[in-house]
Amino acid sequence: MSLLAVNNLKVQFSTHDGVVTAVDDLTFSLSEGETLGIVGESGSGKSQMAFSLMGLLAKNGQVSGSAEFEGQNILNLPPSTLNKIRAEKIAMIFQDPMTCLNPYMKIGKQLMEVLILHKNMSKQEAKAESIRLLDAVKIPEAKKRFDMYPHEFSGGMRQRVMIAMALLCRPKLLIADEPTTALDVTVQAQIITLLQELKKEFNTAIIMITHDLGVVAGLCDKVMVMYAGRTMEYGSVQDVFYKPTHPYTKGLLDSIPDLESDQAELRTIPGNPPNLLSLPKGCPFQERCQHAVDLCRTEKPALTSFNNYQQRACHLKEEAVA
Amino acid sequence: MLKLIMRRLVIAVPTLLILIAISFFLMHSAPGSPFTSERALPAEVLANIEAKYHLNEPVWKQFFIYLGNLLQGDLGPSFKYKDYTVNELLAQAFPVSAKLGIASFVVAVLFGVTFGVVAAIRQNTWIDYTSMTVAMTGVVIPNFVLAPLMVLIFAIMYRWLPAGGWNDGQFKYMILPVIAMATHYIAAIARITRGSMIEVLNSNYIRTARAKGLPGGYIIFRHALRPTLLPVVSYLGPAFVGIITGSVVIETIFNIGGVGQLFVNGALNRDYSMVMGLTILIGVLTISFNAIVDILYGLIDPKIRYA
Repeated sequence: MSLLAVNNLKVQFSTHDGVVTAVDDLTFSLSEGETLGIVGESGSGKSQMAFSLMGLLAKNGQVSGSAEFEGQNILNLPPSTLNKIRAEKIAMIFQDPMTCLNPYMKIGKQLMEVLILHKNMSKQEAKAESIRLLDAVKIPEAKKRFDMYPHEFSGGMRQRVMIAMALLCRPKLLIADEPTTALDVTVQAQIITLLQELKKEFNTAIIMITHDLGVVAGLCDKVMVMYAGRTMEYGSVQDVFYKPTHPYTKGLLDSIPDLESDQAELRTIPGNPPNLLSLPKGCPFQERCQHAVDLCRTEKPALTSFNNYQQRACHLKEEAVA
Repeated sequence: MLKLIMRRLVIAVPTLLILIAISFFLMHSAPGSPFTSERALPAEVLANIEAKYHLNEPVWKQFFIYLGNLLQGDLGPSFKYKDYTVNELLAQAFPVSAKLGIASFVVAVLFGVTFGVVAAIRQNTWIDYTSMTVAMTGVVIPNFVLAPLMVLIFAIMYRWLPAGGWNDGQFKYMILPVIAMATHYIAAIARITRGSMIEVLNSNYIRTARAKGLPGGYIIFRHALRPTLLPVVSYLGPAFVGIITGSVVIETIFNIGGVGQLFVNGALNRDYSMVMGLTILIGVLTISFNAIVDILYGLIDPKIRYA
């Protein structure tokens, strides 16, 4: 049985301008210790998907479908049940470590409270365990740093604190929402290496949301490519990266700069993502797709499964894309 | 911390001096004197009186005489209440105003913060709308309307509470003046607290706290309250001084012999030394409470360090 089985997940927001469907009909699954990468442009619904699993959607957000974690549907749970799952079973780290730690509390307290509330530990036990995790995420002089405030840490160090905090209760699943986006490149690499090590050490399943295809290649087992809230392609990293079957995936892979060639300009996918309030009829990607045919403009391509669990949403034949 | 307090004390001296100088010369440059009245006094009598109060000296000399006395803690004799010094009058009136003020302040903070927090947590529900409507009403209704209305209802129609007087600050006598004083501040504090709390609750670190599975009440009190109070605290310093010294209307309506009444009478009677004494008192209070607010800020926000 898989650790997490998400079926037809849909997230909608009612706004003044109408209903926005941020996440549309996602289906995927994750086994213990497995890592799923979710890639897509800004606004493709990656973060909202993660928030919906944690019950962190904004007040005007609505979620439907199902997400079974260890057999229990975790969507729309009452707060008290949800709080038993958060941090204990599923933990999350966020995009912007500069603002995600409470600036008015010592980081030690922010770590300890998780253990005191979830594991009923005494203060001493909680402190010892918190320092152990700060060591595990390689924060130098963890004992001294324990009594410091977030503003006394650099961005990379704060993200390490966030990771330590997320792992305190040994969750089965860690959702990492673009954990390296706000960090500079060398620090990004350190954080990714750290996640790789921790994944082995703690056997935590990870949902890794990122823009960075390199991160996916290095860290993930599976990958889901999202566009305008929908799955474009889903499968093992091997399959999706080496044999992309969707024009969007192909476009993303082509836009990775090649160090060997001396092309002057970066290759990009022309155009912009569509407005979620007024999605075009048919395939959301058609306006930017080189391969688009008439059918793409009139009919939304269904998500079809093939090769066991792989999925793609495209009218074209696989061979036509490659 | 001690260094900060010392530095604040040192800066306070020139501030106060400037305040004293400006008020002193402004007051003396206005035409007339405390002893001009409709019925002119005989010239010799007037000269005698003026000599007694040094009013026959040039103004700059009067200023230095005043400063000299002030350095010895002497605020001078009252020009109006002939048998009293300003020190004596203040010693009588200030504790009354302070008691009324502190009570109103405590009530204002407790209710204001509570209403603001509740409104923020129940944002856009009927609870929020009701408390903010009440708060808005509290801000716009002046206390000289509210106080007589309450007297009319609770003292005259129902006879539950006394209509005025102080009676050494007996509880029964304090209720109406405290409500009349605090209402405006409750409303203002509630509105600041609500806005601040809503902003804090939408911040990323509160989302982190929720993702950590912390219960709602714990998040409000342990994570959100402290940052919420920062803008409230900066409002409280000046508000406190305003409450203690600015109760002119309330003290008049309820006939309470506090600083506010002295101020009105002093200004109307051109009681030079009384007005100066009150100006200095308010100046000292303002400087002290601004310093206290700064210190509180440092205690609340770890990013603020005083070198």
